Amino acid sequence: MDKLHLDQHISRQYNADLEDLRTELLEMGGMVQEQIRDAISAISNADSDLARKVTTVEDEVDAREIALDEHCTLILARRQPAASDLRMVLAVSKITRDLERMGDEANKVATMAIALVDEGQSSQGYVELRHLAKSVLLMVDQMLNAFARFDVDAAMTVVREDKLVDREYKSSTRELITYMMEDPRSIGRVMNVMWALRSLERIGDHARNVAEHIIYLVKGLDVRHTSVSEMERQVSES
Amino acid sequence: MNMATNTAETIGDNHQTVGTPFVDNAKLSMRNVNVFYGEKQAIFDVGMDIGTNEVMAMIGPSGCGKSTFLRCLNRMNDTIEGCRVEGDLNLEGEDIYGAKLDVVPLRARVGIVFQKPNPFPKSIYDNIAYGPRIHGLVSKRTELDEIVETSLQKAGLWNEVKDRLDAPGTGLSGGQQQRLCIARTIAVSPEVILMDEPCSALDPIATAKIEELIAELSENYTIAIVTHSMQQAARVSNRTAYFHLGKLIEVNETEKVFTNPDHQLTEAYITGRFG
Repeated sequence: MDKLHLDQHISRQYNADLEDLRTELLEMGGMVQEQIRDAISAISNADSDLARKVTTVEDEVDAREIALDEHCTLILARRQPAASDLRMVLAVSKITRDLERMGDEANKVATMAIALVDEGQSSQGYVELRHLAKSVLLMVDQMLNAFARFDVDAAMTVVREDKLVDREYKSSTRELITYMMEDPRSIGRVMNVMWALRSLERIGDHARNVAEHIIYLVKGLDVRHTSVSEMERQVSES
Repeated sequence: MNMATNTAETIGDNHQTVGTPFVDNAKLSMRNVNVFYGEKQAIFDVGMDIGTNEVMAMIGPSGCGKSTFLRCLNRMNDTIEGCRVEGDLNLEGEDIYGAKLDVVPLRARVGIVFQKPNPFPKSIYDNIAYGPRIHGLVSKRTELDEIVETSLQKAGLWNEVKDRLDAPGTGLSGGQQQRLCIARTIAVSPEVILMDEPCSALDPIATAKIEELIAELSENYTIAIVTHSMQQAARVSNRTAYFHLGKLIEVNETEKVFTNPDHQLTEAYITGRFG
């Protein structure tokens, strides 16, 4: 359902411009989502070929970021959007940046996957990695759905999920430290897993940022830097 | 739901203005205002305040009643046959439509600038001097000279015309003529300046000068401006009022109106979904 009535301007070209913006962002989102999925698959299955594929997609994602920003600039210059249209353009511009960063983090995970394959297989840390990866992938999926449907409830789910991911990340880190204490020879390898975990956690943070931009887009509320409970209160009151 | 066709159900008879139409430091205070042109009602139960030294923008589609409402504020509608104004309209507690009120001093206190610059067919000097003379504000020529100079300075026109004060006002460019009209309004020391689409006949540079002037004047005067340019409303005003089919739909801080308006009709209008 189109809650923002993007297709009801007097100018059909304006409708088309905004609709294109939305489609382009979803395409970029899909691309980044696949990049994250592949990076996780590469590190979980020690697949360095897949990891290299992730790193090559990076350039394409960067190009999309630039194209989307240019599109936003053009709409601002030509249409001087107001109210929900203005929020749409601003939110897309910010979401693009977060998506690009998510792609960067996926790239880092892929690089760690290549390093881990080079160092030889080990199961240490992979359970933690899989667990966190599952939660993060779910967040990214919900985040894209929330944008596609302009769904504030779905965006709030992403925000709540990020709290859990942060908690999981902390406990995984603790677990990995015990591996390193038990067997100092594993430090190099486990550190690579830790970096990958850190990147996944950052992807979760970016997904939360995107969710906040979606809330701004739909409700006009700036909920950045507020607690989840405060956010819930503001959203329910608006 | 189609936003363009649900107007009737959205503003029914029990319509309430959303946002913050009332303020504490009201210069002009209007309540339950209804305006009729003969049998036809043009304004429906409008209530709002315009705060002291505030710039209030009034926007809305053509025929929404914004100009009609603006012209009620200094009784310009009195000159239109068949026009009837009901309700309470007060200028600092004084009834604008009171039986004892003389409209001539009222219009000195509440000046108006129109869409098309309308200088008198007189010299630049006399255009400004006319008001102070008829209102008996000056007794000496030097005082008059001073008023002419300060008014032109406040209107940002002094440097452009100081060497040709005897030249006809009609010989100035459109933007200069409009600033001359603003200077003429200022010359009688008004408290409120009403502007009815003051820039719609001007080019972007002249428009920018008038907008700059509005910002400066708002330090000393209360300003109400009717404009068809939403960007102009966004640029110059503190609060914005949105009129639709004679009803006051929303009054809010301008920042709020243009980023996240409370009423869907306001949203539809400012985003170009109907007009």
